[in-house]
Amino acid sequence: MKQPAGPTAVRLAAPPQRAFAAALLDPALPVPHGLCAWNGSDPGVRFGVHRNNVVHALVAVLADTFSVVRQLVGDAFFGAMARRYLVEHPPTSPLMHRYGAGLPAWIADFEPAAALSYLPDVARLEWLRLCAFHAADAAPVELALLAGLMQAPGRLAHTSLALHPSLAIVRSAHPIVSLWSAHQQDEAVRDERLAAVQMDDAESALVFRDPSDEALVLALSDADAELAAALSAGALLGAAQQAHSRADLVHVLTTLLRHGLVTGVAAISISPETST
Amino acid sequence: MKPNLRSTSSDEPAVHEPPTRPPCLAGLGLKAAHVPALLERGPQHFLGGAGFLEVHAENYMVDGGPMLRHLERVRAHWPLSIHGVGLSIGGEGPPDCDHLDRLRRLLTRLEPRWFSEHLAWSSHGGHWFNDLLPLPYDPPTLDRVCDHIDQVQQHLGRTLLLENPSTYFGHEASSMGEAEFLAEVVRRTGCGLLLDVNNAYVSGVNHGRDPWALIETLPASAVAEIHLAGFAQDRDAADDLLLIDHHGAAVDPAVWSLYERTIARLGPVPTLIERDNHLPALAVLEQEAQRALDLQREGALAGIGRPVEGRDAT
Repeated sequence: MKQPAGPTAVRLAAPPQRAFAAALLDPALPVPHGLCAWNGSDPGVRFGVHRNNVVHALVAVLADTFSVVRQLVGDAFFGAMARRYLVEHPPTSPLMHRYGAGLPAWIADFEPAAALSYLPDVARLEWLRLCAFHAADAAPVELALLAGLMQAPGRLAHTSLALHPSLAIVRSAHPIVSLWSAHQQDEAVRDERLAAVQMDDAESALVFRDPSDEALVLALSDADAELAAALSAGALLGAAQQAHSRADLVHVLTTLLRHGLVTGVAAISISPETST
Repeated sequence: MKPNLRSTSSDEPAVHEPPTRPPCLAGLGLKAAHVPALLERGPQHFLGGAGFLEVHAENYMVDGGPMLRHLERVRAHWPLSIHGVGLSIGGEGPPDCDHLDRLRRLLTRLEPRWFSEHLAWSSHGGHWFNDLLPLPYDPPTLDRVCDHIDQVQQHLGRTLLLENPSTYFGHEASSMGEAEFLAEVVRRTGCGLLLDVNNAYVSGVNHGRDPWALIETLPASAVAEIHLAGFAQDRDAADDLLLIDHHGAAVDPAVWSLYERTIARLGPVPTLIERDNHLPALAVLEQEAQRALDLQREGALAGIGRPVEGRDAT
């Protein structure tokens, strides 16, 4: 047990922050040397305030971002999982809205959650929803510009779209949108919805921030998700339709336009024309 | 939409004036949930026109989305304080350049009246701990903190207000008191102080010393903002009281008395009620802010501290 420094004690160099940092995240490590308390009590208890602050705050950040994952596994399991994650991957930035990017992939390798095969994809959806909320702003393209293109179907096929910076597509073999949506409801409705989820269904998701600043999640078939991903990568409409013949181009385009997600068009074969 | 006419030109003076002290202001930490109500009411109906708002810098370091847009609208009506939690001024390494660049962009965009950070460290070896960790008060740490504050003030082109911490243990390496350390930082760097009266009280109790001794020793003219908050109670290994600064309760009566005494010494100082956990209704927080405002005005009427002119915030 460390003795308090008496008036004749030799002044020690302060503990290096490296030792302090390591002991913060690993309770098995000894408390850094050179700490003291006015009443001579064990400074370890006092150091514990910071251990608790760090873990508590970071678990809270993850629980907030991944609230559906937390509800799916329960508070106790989530807390234990988040503590494991944060010790292995402490934040590398003071921007807390960027903490947790690696959690979905990490969960995929987290043995105790292996039975919940849908969990990593639900986590990915929640992460992208947070990203969508903070993504850059961009105004939807003017409909008149599109109407012009529609009148020349030849040009339409050679047109590519710029989509909103918040837009992300999650492709999944699990019913992630149904699981996620059920958890946006009150408990009674949630349980009813969850009971109705077909766990064999594959659902992909379109995640974005709409013009009223809501971060929304829409279900897409896998074929439509593939097409949306191609458009998002800048594919020409005609080529994308041919490459994804199972997809419903009209449905995908209507969805994108309805939510203000088309922010630019470029018709590249004939006189190039862009808009932002 | 009318374009924002606020100048964004770079021909403004590189070095801003020292922190000014408009008399009798009180404020709250801005929460997203409060924004619609505040904007609807307008400045005259929030603390009688004497209100200001504070945000954590890091929460607004985003590419876009509603938070920044809402803050720009709030900023058009109220004085704004930007409070950083991510600079790790007491860290062994220099302040992170990327973070300083982000801060500069944010401060240029929002032009807050005050910018503050903490006497603490929070990152090491590329990892960030989301906590304010304590420093030893010794000459090497003093040199390092002053170097870092010089770098920050130079990079940002403005004066930083440094906040006194809540601490839970001492360092055997410390060879000076916290007030002496802070006063020397102010003298060497020209920074201002954000006096957190709750932190002064929490640290006083946690180190078995009189919290007034800290406040009394700080250079009065450097204090440009005050924070008030609530704490939680715990016990140390000797079963002595250990207070935890958790921003999750109302301001304690003992902290209010310390605040009255502080105002009597300093005169009116813009005072913020900090509340981050167990958030009550906006009206409850406003009552606390109003009390801070009333105490500043009573102090001013009693002729203590510096004289105050009647000010109509229009």
